[in-house]
Amino acid sequence: MRDFSYLRADSIEAARNAAALPGAMLLAGGTTLIDLAKCGVAEPSTVIDISHIEGLNAIDVTADRAVIGALARMSHVADNPRVKSLFPAVSEALWQAASAQLRNMATIGGNLMQRTRCPYFRDPQNFPACNKRAPGSGCSAIGGVTRGHAVLGVSEACIATYPGDLAVALVAFDAEVDLGQRKLKIEDFFLAPGATAEREHDIHPGEVITAIEIPGSAAARRSTYIKVRDRQSYEFAAASAAVGLELEGDGRTVRDIRVALGGVATKPWRVRAVEDALKGKALSEDTIRKASELAMEGAVDHGANHYKIALAPRVIARSILKLGETA
Amino acid sequence: MTVHDMKHAASDSARLEAVGGRLSRVDGPAKITGAAKYAFEQQLEGLVHAVLVGATIAAGKVSAIDRRAAETAPGVLAVLTPDTIMELKGASDWLGNPPSQQTYNPLAREVTYSGQHIAAVVAETFEQAVAAAALLKVWYDETPAIVDLSDGKAGDGIPIDAMTKEWGDAQAAFAAAPVRICAAYNTPREFQAAMEPHGLIARWEGDELTIWEPSQWLDGMARTYAEWFGVPFENVRLVSPYIGGGFGSKALALAHSAVAAAAAKMLGRPVKLVLNRPQNFTSYGGRAATRQTVAIGADRDGRIQSIVHRGVNETAVDGMWVEPLGSVTSIMYATPNFSSRQNVVRVNTVVPGAKRAPGENPSAFGIECAIDELAYELGIDPLEMRLINYAEQDPHTKKAWSTRQLREAFAAGAEAFGWAKRPPEPRSMRDGHQLIGWGVAAGTYPVRRAHGEAVVKILADGSVEVESSSIDMGQGTYTILAQTAAETLGVPVERVSVKLGDSHFARAGVTGGSRLAGVMTGTVYKAAGQALDELIGLALSDPRSPFQALQANTLQVRDGRIASPRGEGPELSIAEFMAAIGRDQIEAKGDTLPASTTAEERYKNYTTIAMSIPHTDGDYSRYSWCAHFVEVRVDEDFGTVRVSRVVSALDSGRLYNPKLAESQWKGGIIMGIGQALLEEGIVDRRHGRIVNGNFADYMLPTNADIPDIQTISVGIPDPHSSALGGKGVGELAIVGIAPAIANAVFHATGKRVRDLPITLEKLI
Repeated sequence: MRDFSYLRADSIEAARNAAALPGAMLLAGGTTLIDLAKCGVAEPSTVIDISHIEGLNAIDVTADRAVIGALARMSHVADNPRVKSLFPAVSEALWQAASAQLRNMATIGGNLMQRTRCPYFRDPQNFPACNKRAPGSGCSAIGGVTRGHAVLGVSEACIATYPGDLAVALVAFDAEVDLGQRKLKIEDFFLAPGATAEREHDIHPGEVITAIEIPGSAAARRSTYIKVRDRQSYEFAAASAAVGLELEGDGRTVRDIRVALGGVATKPWRVRAVEDALKGKALSEDTIRKASELAMEGAVDHGANHYKIALAPRVIARSILKLGETA
Repeated sequence: MTVHDMKHAASDSARLEAVGGRLSRVDGPAKITGAAKYAFEQQLEGLVHAVLVGATIAAGKVSAIDRRAAETAPGVLAVLTPDTIMELKGASDWLGNPPSQQTYNPLAREVTYSGQHIAAVVAETFEQAVAAAALLKVWYDETPAIVDLSDGKAGDGIPIDAMTKEWGDAQAAFAAAPVRICAAYNTPREFQAAMEPHGLIARWEGDELTIWEPSQWLDGMARTYAEWFGVPFENVRLVSPYIGGGFGSKALALAHSAVAAAAAKMLGRPVKLVLNRPQNFTSYGGRAATRQTVAIGADRDGRIQSIVHRGVNETAVDGMWVEPLGSVTSIMYATPNFSSRQNVVRVNTVVPGAKRAPGENPSAFGIECAIDELAYELGIDPLEMRLINYAEQDPHTKKAWSTRQLREAFAAGAEAFGWAKRPPEPRSMRDGHQLIGWGVAAGTYPVRRAHGEAVVKILADGSVEVESSSIDMGQGTYTILAQTAAETLGVPVERVSVKLGDSHFARAGVTGGSRLAGVMTGTVYKAAGQALDELIGLALSDPRSPFQALQANTLQVRDGRIASPRGEGPELSIAEFMAAIGRDQIEAKGDTLPASTTAEERYKNYTTIAMSIPHTDGDYSRYSWCAHFVEVRVDEDFGTVRVSRVVSALDSGRLYNPKLAESQWKGGIIMGIGQALLEEGIVDRRHGRIVNGNFADYMLPTNADIPDIQTISVGIPDPHSSALGGKGVGELAIVGIAPAIANAVFHATGKRVRDLPITLEKLI
């Protein structure tokens, strides 16, 4: 960790001004920034502490929409009774993320900015080549240990998996991120690597996330987040799915369905092909399993992560089946 | 040194304090409140900080290091490279063999594994040292590395003849057997993953060196430091009252230890060096990766006719580690024909080391899975299969078991688990999407024995002190030695304080191989007995003693009070008696060595492992035994395995403290669950480097992965194994857990996974 200057922002305006400085990084819960600074990936020249800004941690939930302040803690949002009842997938994604200690520190805004767990990205000393860290330097992961790497949204420049859980639920329900001067859909906020792996978010110097907004919907009310992993707690997803379901009055025909995947793609991955295949259809296990396979269109594996291509559709199918059973 | 407050721990001392009582850990309150001071928490004046730099190649030469930028960075006191670090002398190995080279350089010019220490930076603050270390520029001449056992360049390895065990004609009997199975079983590199990292604080005062370092072997490590720096053994003091987990990794002074002590000597300042988490995966060896093939030939009624076993473990290019893979294979089942041989293969890794039950652990994975496969082949219940082939004596040495309560363990475990209700067919139990399977496996660990030394002091206030350079890394040494002294002397346990973890105390050998409790309870029993004899002798004979007029043959001490056995005459507390005769203390030093032992032999006994007593010495073969019964739930879509129930019945002989023994057994079982399902050091085969060297990516079980665990003690006192009748506890319970889980996974899914860990992609 190299020396940096520390600046405490007491207002969003102050934070925005400071964030525009070259080499500046925002500090909220610190669970990602300090970790990345320790392993030599983040080397901020200025750290701007926004954790003391008042009014950014509100959690305001109605049937129409949830507005969650950027400084709200993951654990607070996960435990919020209205989030639990109106957006269960959001709550479930949060409490299955990280560990209790981390959830108590980490903020919602910081969570969106969480970076990949690619071991090559996280070890600059031993693996100098990484297009995320040093554009044009190459990708150390391709040809290496790839068990955790993405199969969707990959490029020749980067196959690093987006690691988070919350954003998977957010893309399923068309959430928006509020940057003050502009709002954009979460799905557009996250960028697939393409030829510019270093750009992970559509956010510019001087912009600060202030809140996320999730529109309420029947599908959000009947939703779930299933996370599959080697151990039961404190691990990133091998594959996860956020699914919301709204049925017609007959209790079996799909009126609306939302499906997004985590742990298998370079960004939180909405799978409209599955949604389109099931809308208007009567649910059956066979239909669900066949439609879920469509999520893997265009999937590319790098050996050890091949299992994700088989696993991810099963996670989607299980999620839909679980929601269907609760009809 | 902390004197533990035992009042909280011993609420019902009358019942708890005796050997065999369920006294809570006496060091518990100090640890929970933070009062227990670990090695790196020492506050020393003038302390400076060292940070290591590791090689980024797996094989080759360091051709140049540019240290200019680092040397001029703020706060930097020294940049140590192979050329600038002081020269050390070679040190003997843990068997006491003299060094192969006259000099020793803990910083490598010739790199034999990725992460090997090649330089160190010492600075006024830790942050300055970290920043400066990043400024070193290193050039290498890289050569091709052998990255693991499957590397094309690895070859078949070196035969280790000492591991060969053969009787009968195993190959012919296998060929002739009507039923045969043969399969290969692999275990990956696994790491001890102690919460407390490795590291130390080193301080020189003239020619005297004090080291604060977590240690499983103070005397052995002190010897190494003394030899490196050419100072008398007595000049080195190692301090290690508390250890945040060792699991076999903290018994030796290692290269990073030498770097810190050398830096302290060169700078004349105390130096602190703590390995960061990734360095804890490359600076010392975990369990070696292993491969075994097990072939078993049997009659149609299930009787084994032959076992043919071949094993390979990886070792380092510049160091030898043998993981004895035939250790359980050769003793678990009766067989008239047997052959086990083992090779080691050199690869570019740090030399592997001891991790909980080295040898027995992977060995049991092979034989205990293979016997399960044979049971299915024959259509015999896996538990019945084990009873059919029960070894009534040691099949290898043909000696009688000292005690072997394994049949009792199978019976008690099966009863508590409900094994009789198990349907034999795989995939025959399910709960929704969860396939349920039940598996069984046995485990064993030899009773390793050695000698120890202890000082027991009875003080003027009637309290008792026990001193030993042995250690407590959580297993309960403080507690059981207090219980032993209290019972032997007849004093309340809260009046006993145990002092451990200082090499200037009475000597002790290595804490490893589950030997410490048996050795040290016996030693303290003896020393306390001597102190009691002296106390009573004084009471009977000292002219100032109020008991002298009694003309009694003996006296007894109960609850800290001295009286005649029949109760006539005076009754005094120990403190009153000490005041009456004007004594400050009574001190006895006890050891279990023969009186004829020379000073040199004593030194060798405590600072090497050359004088350990074989577990098959004399007429008996001595082992602990266990039987594990496990239920797993496997998600049929996801391939995820969760252990939902464990019942283990264990024979560790007499338990000195059942509460602590159960805790250690459960710890072993939990570690075994991690081994079965999660743990694997993953090597990037292009670079020969571990890429998951941290606690987020090297998977260990969380609380959510661990079900309720029931342990049942089936042991009986074993007088041939230790003075007080106990056998080993700490390593036993991990042995057999991984095969029990693998067998349960087969019962659940019909899929036999022979490569650990059993991760979801292997079942999908």
